[in-house]
Amino acid sequence: MTAPLHDTGAAETAAVDVAADVPAAQIRGRSPWSIAWLRLKRDKVALSGGIAVVLLILVAVFAPLIVSAFGHPPNEFHEDRIDPLFGTPIGSFGGMSGDFLFGVEPVNGRDVFSRVVYGARISLLVAFLSAMVAVVMGSVFGVVAGYFGGWVDAAISRIMDLLLAFPQLLFIIALVSVVPNSLWGFTGSGVRMGVLVVVIGFFGWPYIGRIVRGQTLSLREREYVEAARSLGAGRFYILFRELLPNLVAPITVYTTLMIPTNILTEAALSFLGVGVKPPTPSWGQMLSKAVQTYEADPMFMVFPGVAIFITVLAFNLFGDGVRDALDPKASR
Amino acid sequence: MLAYLIRRLTAVIVMLLVVTLVTFGIFFVFPKMTGADPALYFVGKQSDPAAIEGIRQKMGLDDPVLVQFGKFVVGLVAGREYVNGSDITSCAAPCFGYSFKTEQAVWPVLLDRMPVTFALAAGACLLWLLIGLSTGVVSALKRGTVIDRIAMSTALAGVSLPIYFTGLISLAVFVYALDWINGEYVPFAENPAEWFGGLLLPWITLAFLYAAMYARLTRATMLEVLGEDYIRTARAKGLGERTVIGKHAMRSTMTPILTVLGLDLGALVGGAVLTETTFNLPGMGTAAIKAIGDRDLPIIIGVTLVAALAIVVANLVVDMLYAVIDPRVRLS
Repeated sequence: MTAPLHDTGAAETAAVDVAADVPAAQIRGRSPWSIAWLRLKRDKVALSGGIAVVLLILVAVFAPLIVSAFGHPPNEFHEDRIDPLFGTPIGSFGGMSGDFLFGVEPVNGRDVFSRVVYGARISLLVAFLSAMVAVVMGSVFGVVAGYFGGWVDAAISRIMDLLLAFPQLLFIIALVSVVPNSLWGFTGSGVRMGVLVVVIGFFGWPYIGRIVRGQTLSLREREYVEAARSLGAGRFYILFRELLPNLVAPITVYTTLMIPTNILTEAALSFLGVGVKPPTPSWGQMLSKAVQTYEADPMFMVFPGVAIFITVLAFNLFGDGVRDALDPKASR
Repeated sequence: MLAYLIRRLTAVIVMLLVVTLVTFGIFFVFPKMTGADPALYFVGKQSDPAAIEGIRQKMGLDDPVLVQFGKFVVGLVAGREYVNGSDITSCAAPCFGYSFKTEQAVWPVLLDRMPVTFALAAGACLLWLLIGLSTGVVSALKRGTVIDRIAMSTALAGVSLPIYFTGLISLAVFVYALDWINGEYVPFAENPAEWFGGLLLPWITLAFLYAAMYARLTRATMLEVLGEDYIRTARAKGLGERTVIGKHAMRSTMTPILTVLGLDLGALVGGAVLTETTFNLPGMGTAAIKAIGDRDLPIIIGVTLVAALAIVVANLVVDMLYAVIDPRVRLS
């Protein structure tokens, strides 16, 4: 990298502070990332959000282990736990007990705990992968539009405007619902997940693309870009080796803030019945089932709902912290 | 000004054409690509081959997609006639065609559904602007105090809660447990008081979500504006705090809020699907969801077009309002 991420102001004052009380030999330059890390470490709220995120990822990764220790297989029916007359769980609070930590599902008596734990997998996987799709597309198109300008910029910007003006949720629902269950030899819930990832990511890239384009417009006039050009660097070298590394900070910020949005979108699609197919457990799907049963068994909706809430909140707290840490001018 | 309007309106029309074309594409090209016959969705379980052929003839389902698209656009503007021998059905402009499922004309169905969605969006918008803006301003002025912390924590929780979860909780509490209000939608013409009661919970839950977003945005913008030189100038020349905040600071704070408001209000016409599904409101969103399940293309295109129209019109209005709020902006 030939230029700092941001104003060097913060870096310099930090270096001066250090210089005041340590011998000159020990002065080390701090990269903008280490400064950001120092800021993030001091932000207790963001840090707790980050820890929650890590825990949630661990839960998703080790779901089978957790479930075998504390629950029952997610698709095992326990009709003996269900009142045959009303279809509601036997016992108070949705059938909660030491055996079924979060109670059982109405009608078929599946273990709510293991379905919530497994639901974390789908939720996080779809959110992360679709954010990746959006980031890759947004960064490439954004940097190309900003750097080349002219008709390239005009075309890409028009497309971004167009996508932003689409009734997105309706389109995502329509798109997901016309894709058949088996595609190019793949079958099952994998296809659905792939479609969700691509579609959610595709409608997300203009948000990142716009920001990257705007930043590129201001960066391309910087001296270091001119220096690279005068040394004979090619266009693509400048684009991907000079400009893109300096855009990593804003891209990181918007990625962390995009993940909670994607979690909500995935849950919303599953809620509307066009997300992950049952019996694969997902939080949105559980809530959509709760719509039919909440009068008789209000407890059933609580756990998937709270799971979505905690996950999205953790990512939001962490994302806000990352934004503040990477932006020296930010103040709260 | 006139030239500006003409240019923008042309862009609106192009935009709507693209949206229609893409919707057509999704429901014609996609199923063909993956080997499904779209005609099967339309004809359904009718067994008489002659009757099926008659409908195909009349609706022009055998025409190439682009021809169907052209006829559809002409029908929108000038109305069209469906002819099969002596069997003629004329459809006045704006002609969105006939539902494949119920054979009703689409436009009256849309007209029937629109008031629900618009009432939902308008009422919620009024509420969230009131709550969101005032909370944001108070938070910014009392920055760092307990009030600010409580308001911002609530707002962060608010943006992390999915609407179908808060909706279900409010239904479970206020309709089923406490029995304060009737959770059913009643048309305004039938009984205005019950209409109000039926929309009250949807308004509040929807407004809570957006109020949280707007409070965060208002606070951030207000803090930025309060640091500007012209605010110091206003204070220095002895203006009262009320004038400085209410008149000088508020005016610049409104610009980004207006941008987001335009996007949100437009998107809400298509995006109210979740609220409408949760509260079982007979709006455009629920119509679209049902139509997507039935592969009922004319209804889907109708809702999508109305939703896209809402987005572009909202953006156009916002751009024109910029010129009113910000004297530096000239429409050209």
